[in-house]
Amino acid sequence: MRKTIFKGTALPLLLLAPQLVITAIFFLWPAGAAIWQSLLQEDPWGTRSEFVGLRNFAEVLAEPEWRGAAWNTLLFSTSVAVLAMGTALFLAVQADKSIRGANLYRTLLIWPYAVAPAVAAVLWLFLFHPSIGLVGRALNQAGLAWDYKLNGNQAMLLVIVAAAWKQVSYNFIFFLAGLQSIPRAVLEAAAIDGAKPVRRFWTIILPLLSPTAFFLLVVNLVYAFFDTFGVIHALTGGGPGKATETLIYKVYVEGVQNVNLGSSSAQSVILMVLVIALTAVQFRFIERKVHY
Amino acid sequence: MASLDVTGVTKSFGATHVLHGINLAVEDGEMIVIVGASGCGKSTLLRIVAGLETATSGSIRIAGREVAALEPAERDIAMVFQNYALYPHMTVEQNMAYGLKIRGLPRAEITRRVAEAAGLLGIEALLTRRPRQLSGGQRQRVAMGRAIVREPKLFLFDEPLSNLDAKLRVQMRAEIRRLQRRLGVTSLFVTHDQIEAMTLGDRLVVMHAGHAAQIATPMEIWARPADTYVAGFIGSPAMNFLDGTLAEGGHAVALKAGPVLRFADGPRAGGEGMPLTIGIRPEHVAVAEGGLDLPLDLVEPLGSETVLHGRLPGGEALVVKLGGPAPGQSSLPVAFPAEALHVFDGGTGKRLDP
Repeated sequence: MRKTIFKGTALPLLLLAPQLVITAIFFLWPAGAAIWQSLLQEDPWGTRSEFVGLRNFAEVLAEPEWRGAAWNTLLFSTSVAVLAMGTALFLAVQADKSIRGANLYRTLLIWPYAVAPAVAAVLWLFLFHPSIGLVGRALNQAGLAWDYKLNGNQAMLLVIVAAAWKQVSYNFIFFLAGLQSIPRAVLEAAAIDGAKPVRRFWTIILPLLSPTAFFLLVVNLVYAFFDTFGVIHALTGGGPGKATETLIYKVYVEGVQNVNLGSSSAQSVILMVLVIALTAVQFRFIERKVHY
Repeated sequence: MASLDVTGVTKSFGATHVLHGINLAVEDGEMIVIVGASGCGKSTLLRIVAGLETATSGSIRIAGREVAALEPAERDIAMVFQNYALYPHMTVEQNMAYGLKIRGLPRAEITRRVAEAAGLLGIEALLTRRPRQLSGGQRQRVAMGRAIVREPKLFLFDEPLSNLDAKLRVQMRAEIRRLQRRLGVTSLFVTHDQIEAMTLGDRLVVMHAGHAAQIATPMEIWARPADTYVAGFIGSPAMNFLDGTLAEGGHAVALKAGPVLRFADGPRAGGEGMPLTIGIRPEHVAVAEGGLDLPLDLVEPLGSETVLHGRLPGGEALVVKLGGPAPGQSSLPVAFPAEALHVFDGGTGKRLDP
């Protein structure tokens, strides 16, 4: 890359300013405020606050509710990542074949990504609501007791499927691009070497896709951790009970509903540390594991 | 090791006809080079034999067994690709062992065969490396090794040398030839390079626009090309073509450029005045006192020989190859020895023999 040498510092600072200002206002400031807030304890009326050090963190980590939410998050994110990536990979492999109408098929598969999380949740609500939902009613008529508003497992299943559905498109694009970058001659060589399609998939295609898959795994986990708030909020509101309350949802409940700002901030700082760790892992491995 | 019989193979992509009925019989252990310009259908023919494309019609038999309906895996062939197509995530050893593992050979046998092939190709030191850590020539060897360990009935080469630099290409060319002789495996080799074709092939298939224009030994093709396309394609610099008409009751040709040349080998059938194309190779044009005057417009000295470009009185271009250094003069008296003439039909371009 070419380096441009500026005289003085005014112009480069001015050029960087818009990005720096955005980062400062929308990330550094709130993040800083959260870290500071997590060290304080406020009285219920918000008039006085007291510095308590790491006590908020200690309390959060000791809370059974927080551990329950952490378990929910683990189950939820793993399932979303596996389901979204598995489905996307299957669809990408199908779309990579030379089939009639492949372009239309690919375009349709990318659409869900353009749907806002809350809208997607409403869509799923209309499908799976036990009394007004299309599929929900059919399930009940078929004799299955379907009511995700009462049954915690069903609620979890529903938010997992809805959240995964949103992410399939994104994964699909990356998997398809990954598949198309595998040289055709390599697959032909494997065919001549005697590998049948299933074997070609496991021994050639999948290993060559592994950098893509690893990248997507991190992206999907981050998505399931943070970007699924809308889906959960609109579909189950964390319920029934606390069956679908994930860490990010608990931050909201704690801070906005219970107005326990210290605890809520401590929880979001923990999440921040998690996502920083995930991103660090991704950068370390992605750069090393690319094969071509 | 096996024979290969290609009978009446055609291939169309929609309305585009790529191959128009190819017939080719390859004997056991023979090396056949399919040569032609880009888009002549040579790679398509190879891919049909490999089973990577399906022929529109026709039959392919390997060792007498019809394989047109079989998968590539079931044809017992090995192929070396232009870009080598090594498995990027496997070591050299795994690359070579992959096909054997699939066949379920015992581990000891796999190790033995890989070691043997690696020894043959001089790549023992590279076995634990991955393809991206290899140079072009080394990748080429690994691709060869992957084909050899399989001990297939048929080797297919799809322009395997065209990604190498000139010096390495000459070296690998000789190596492939030596290896093929030694292993005695029937081989098909596709190339667009006529020197590669001439040096490698027991016989050549010169392809032109989806037809096999001529199938013969390299020297036969050079000495008696079947038509003007083959004549112009094989040999460097390319053969000169001069227009003329049949004269003296079929015993001679009256060149457009002036002289009337008598055929050395007997009369051609056809009416007086029938249009002919006369071919003469640049190295066969003689410099003789009293010949046609050829003004030179370009001199290319190549050290051991010199290539001269000029225009005959009638305006036709003529290329002359002389041994030794360039002559000093700006024009040259040239003559066309009767025994070096190739006579082609002026309309169809087909060779006319007495």
